[in-house]
Amino acid sequence: MKTALAIALVILLTAAIGVCETTASGEASSLTSQKPAIDTSDTAWVLMSAAFVMLMTPGLAFFYGGLVRRKNMLSILMQCFIVLAVLSVQWVLIGYSLSFSPGNGFIGGLKWFGLNGVGFEPYPAYSATIPHQAFMIFQAMFAVITPALIIGAFAERMKFSAFLIFTLLWATFVYDPVAHMVWGVGGWLKNLGVLDFAGGTVVHINAGIAALVTAIIVGKRKGYCHNPTPPHNLPFSVLGAALLWFGWFGFNAGSALSANAVATNAFVVTNTAGAIAALTWAFLDWKLSGRPTMLGTISGAIAGLAAITPAAGYVGIWAALIIGIVASIFCFVAVSFVKRAFHYDDSLDAFGIHGISGFWGVIATGLFATKLINPAGANGLLAGNARQFFIQLAAAAATLVYAFVGTFIIYKLVDVFVGVRVVDEEEAMGLDLTQHNERAYTMLE
Amino acid sequence: MKLVIAIIQPHRLDQVKEELYKEEVNLITVSEVLGHGRQKGVTEVYRGFKETGNLLRKIRLEIAVNDNFVEQTIKAITKGAQTGKTGDGKIFVLSMEQCVRIRTGERGGTAIG
Repeated sequence: MKTALAIALVILLTAAIGVCETTASGEASSLTSQKPAIDTSDTAWVLMSAAFVMLMTPGLAFFYGGLVRRKNMLSILMQCFIVLAVLSVQWVLIGYSLSFSPGNGFIGGLKWFGLNGVGFEPYPAYSATIPHQAFMIFQAMFAVITPALIIGAFAERMKFSAFLIFTLLWATFVYDPVAHMVWGVGGWLKNLGVLDFAGGTVVHINAGIAALVTAIIVGKRKGYCHNPTPPHNLPFSVLGAALLWFGWFGFNAGSALSANAVATNAFVVTNTAGAIAALTWAFLDWKLSGRPTMLGTISGAIAGLAAITPAAGYVGIWAALIIGIVASIFCFVAVSFVKRAFHYDDSLDAFGIHGISGFWGVIATGLFATKLINPAGANGLLAGNARQFFIQLAAAAATLVYAFVGTFIIYKLVDVFVGVRVVDEEEAMGLDLTQHNERAYTMLE
Repeated sequence: MKLVIAIIQPHRLDQVKEELYKEEVNLITVSEVLGHGRQKGVTEVYRGFKETGNLLRKIRLEIAVNDNFVEQTIKAITKGAQTGKTGDGKIFVLSMEQCVRIRTGERGGTAIG
């Protein structure tokens, strides 16, 4: 009898523990479903993508560097490289907070200064499946390359000290607010419903307009128009363009922030748009200038890649083909005819290629976006949603105005305090020697 | 002693050297230079901008010879470099005052060969 009682007691106890365990694990599972879990594939892809995008800035350095005269090669490499250094620091200290911490419609707060509170738990408003810092470092690379794009406009004539100050101010007071407006929690363009998958407004229109403004007010290079300067090393430019194309997979497909179908779609349309745009420019050259040129082909590729950037997560390949073709046509007209007609010296066509493609891409997103590709996106004009088209136009216009005014003020401030342009003798000697006391190529061994 | 300076098309250098060796002319200095004659340069296109009058790449030969070698040298260069088209180049013959072989200090005609 005692034995039976003991057995009953043991069974009861075991059952009780079992129930407790079930309840406990039940609680645990309801906890995990409330609290977002980190997905290791997503995290791996986003970290890889951040590294891809990092490589785009040195790639851009070679793309631009090949196009300048040999006496200014190092100045371009140095400007791009130092942007990588300066903005990486600015970003973790203040840039990320200004761009992405919850704030008002125009700018984030200082709550996340020095990555305070930006940890390894996901921040679901941006990405529910990766550590918050993975999102932060991915975005850091966008903040790096955007100011670097502007370098093409004032190449071969800007003082290095002025460049450093300009870049830091521009990143803080133009890039960070625009990134917040379009991507940040509470940003007014985000709330309006703008579709900008990977940075048509934030990166390309923003940098393109800054490029146009600086090119116009810094003035032409000496001898420009009577004596255009042929690229000193086109193979470097081709290498740079190839690195940019490679990095763009991280830029666009990485912007899905997940290793999923949207990322795959972005990867495919990015490649497609870059390819058709390269072909289009080559044929335009062939038809209008007699021969397909290497420079034209890589210029086309960059135009197509920039144009597909805002659309990459929302359109399919047919739209990508149209976006790529039209991007090359617009940019070809901009750099070959418009620039000549208005006599400004956007030396390496930062506006003519990135700015123009940015505008076209943002507008094209409003035309071609479809929920069939990305249910989390929106339909565009062709899918019957005219409202989206006007939102895209508004976002493009808002970015234009903000970047125009912001760049102008910052440029003038820097000009008053340090002077933006090098003196004529320094320009003639080249920035490598006068700004850095080095030369890229020796004449004698 | 004469100094023969010739400007030729870069792609004819090998043939010219071959012809010179046949005539036993071995002393030769070659440099890459830019220039143009009647072709008026070449047109290059960068992002839709046509640039005309660009200088063409040429090869410049400097050959020091004794007087009895001048005609063979001219013949060899002409034979090697001639294509019959505009741009084949020019040969200039200058009289040369002195020639010194640095290794031995020899001077004049013997220093050349």
